[in-house]
Amino acid sequence: MQDNILQFNNISRTFDDGFTVVDDFNLSIKRGEFVTFLGPSGCGKTTTLRMLAGFDLPTTGEILLDGKNITDLPANERPINTVFQRYALFPHLNIYDNIAFGLKLKKIKKSEIDKKVKKALEMVDLEGFENRKVQTLSGGQQQRIAIARAIVNEPEILLLDEPLGALDLKMRKEMQLELKSMHEKLGITFIYVTHDQEEALTMSDKIVVMSEGKIQQIGTPEDIYNEPKNAFVADFIGESNIFNGIMTGKYKVRFCGAEFECVDDVPDGTMIDAVIRPEDVIITTPEKGTIQGEVISVIFKGVHYEITVLSGKNEIVIQTTKKSEVGEKVGLCVEPDGIHIMIAENTINKFESAIDSNYKLAFLDGQLECDVTKVLTNCKKNEDGVLVDEHGDEIEIDKVKIIVSVKPEDIEMSDDADAGIVQGNIINLIYKGDHYSYVVRTEDEHDFIVDDEDLWNMDDFISLIIPQDKISYSLKK
Amino acid sequence: MKGLKFTRKQLCIPYLLFLLCFVALPLLVVIYYAFTNGDGQFTIKNFINFFTSPNTLGTLFYSFSIAIATTIVCLLLAYPIAYILARSKMKQKMVLVFMFVLPMWINFTLRITALKEILTLIEGNLAYYPFLNSIIGMTYDFLPFMILPMYTTLLKLDNSLLEAASDLGANSVQVFLKITLPLSVPGIISGVVMVFLPSMTNYVVLDMLYNSTYIMGSFIGSYFSAYDWHNGSMISLVLLAIIAIITLMTSKYTDENESRGGSLL
Repeated sequence: MQDNILQFNNISRTFDDGFTVVDDFNLSIKRGEFVTFLGPSGCGKTTTLRMLAGFDLPTTGEILLDGKNITDLPANERPINTVFQRYALFPHLNIYDNIAFGLKLKKIKKSEIDKKVKKALEMVDLEGFENRKVQTLSGGQQQRIAIARAIVNEPEILLLDEPLGALDLKMRKEMQLELKSMHEKLGITFIYVTHDQEEALTMSDKIVVMSEGKIQQIGTPEDIYNEPKNAFVADFIGESNIFNGIMTGKYKVRFCGAEFECVDDVPDGTMIDAVIRPEDVIITTPEKGTIQGEVISVIFKGVHYEITVLSGKNEIVIQTTKKSEVGEKVGLCVEPDGIHIMIAENTINKFESAIDSNYKLAFLDGQLECDVTKVLTNCKKNEDGVLVDEHGDEIEIDKVKIIVSVKPEDIEMSDDADAGIVQGNIINLIYKGDHYSYVVRTEDEHDFIVDDEDLWNMDDFISLIIPQDKISYSLKK
Repeated sequence: MKGLKFTRKQLCIPYLLFLLCFVALPLLVVIYYAFTNGDGQFTIKNFINFFTSPNTLGTLFYSFSIAIATTIVCLLLAYPIAYILARSKMKQKMVLVFMFVLPMWINFTLRITALKEILTLIEGNLAYYPFLNSIIGMTYDFLPFMILPMYTTLLKLDNSLLEAASDLGANSVQVFLKITLPLSVPGIISGVVMVFLPSMTNYVVLDMLYNSTYIMGSFIGSYFSAYDWHNGSMISLVLLAIIAIITLMTSKYTDENESRGGSLL
């Protein structure tokens, strides 16, 4: 692609404690684009921005600006300016000196600086504030000064690190629109970091959804909203109903105990996640509905009602302008284009493990009873207890890797730390109609996917009970 | 427990009594002696004595020089230490902080005696370099008081300000000169105050090092031990006035800076 101003190539960042915050990040950004890094806190979006600004160095990978490698260039030599989350205005300087800080360092003539500072203040609607002190300004005004201080240097790229996070809702909405129009006026590339999906949808040309250091999806706001690539994106961007399902034919999908028509061409028999936006579900009479259910809650939200319907074991959230009564029997149907099919991922937990000299799996500190002789074909233990192959030669055990796999629904969760064989914290949860899908990260950084009907909280410390007979082993080829 | 409620005014009474007995009353006595002669009559002769006696003025000047020199040496030594302690990512930082604070916990007399022995070993006779030894002794004694306020100020320094400065094009020297140094001024001021004022009047250090009386504190003491309470009181009163003026001047400055620093948080 031509006219890419910025290119991230395989950027990874691992902290000293071994935690990988950004994992193989690849992205190109076009000149003049408004790109938003969106994700929950701790997803690595700010670290990525800091590496771009020059405050942090990637562990591996390179950042190209206009084709030039700037990975190791110090922050002060990059044509990039940042608007900081907490403004970071210099408290010992007045507004004029704050804005002129960068210009003065470039040894620009005083009259020129005066002119530019004045123009920048006009841009953010704070004319005549030159001699005010930083601490006499409100949060919103400080935010504008921080923006003025960055754009006055005419950077090629402006980075904004959750710049509106500390403002109240009304102010935030106003600033969103102002930033958007500022972007159009200046014509420079904006890279915006936020955890607020609405903010991202409102302002961006391109959204990069991140989770756990990885890019989940890159696309326009419409793409991200209408065609989420996976359950995480669907859940994070707006409200959505997510159901486990299976393809039953061409353009036919089965979930919630009924068959629906859809527009995604996915091979028959594929396990899928079906995403339906609450506004796409239509409430009708029980006879006309594809599925039937009972209204269990009705909440008035101003523009619409949020209605929850229980059908079998599945809960479906609906947004509609028509009111229903709690206890009412209703039918539900969905237009084919209201159903978005995602090929189910991570439906099984797979871990790679080495074997130690006692033929125990290193995985989970050797707690699993795995009979290696059954995994490796044509081998047995000789009289000395040494594993040998069919010719009687000893098998080099450190070259053998075993894949341990277990299904999410076979794992049980418990808050008694001693009940299970491994403990960890819940780092992600998604509601899938009749159950929750959890991601549990153990102390040694293995991520388990667990399906459970009960609701646990984010960051809960829990113990995983994995029945030995539900675990299957195979040889890594 | 009804009736055991105190108003704020009533709670102040003990402090008021304390202030009266140990601050106001002694001060009045000092003022009384300063402006009377041996017969109890009002006089300003003591005041005139102060500013006409070359001995008094010389001692005042000498004390000033020692105090200023001590403060400067402390400042130059303490700032880099405080900076390294506060800004480095060392894990053993607290151990280092302790190493500088620990001497303060050792008995003062013991410390000075030890210093005296060391200096005698190096210099032979301590009276050869009175000025130098005064500064070494006081610096040794007061250095922690300079380090700690600067350390706390630098520790509070918002890292994003430094990042913002380099983001706007400042190299590391410029970041230090334009951001770190100006923002550590409150710490510097309180360090200076905490070192300058005591080193102005402290005489124990010099007394113990080489029995010097050529410094304000012991100078006043010599008057009192000669039963000349009137001139002694006047000298301490003038000293008090000088210190009060200095404190007022600096406190105005630190206050202003602290409110600036406050907005950082």
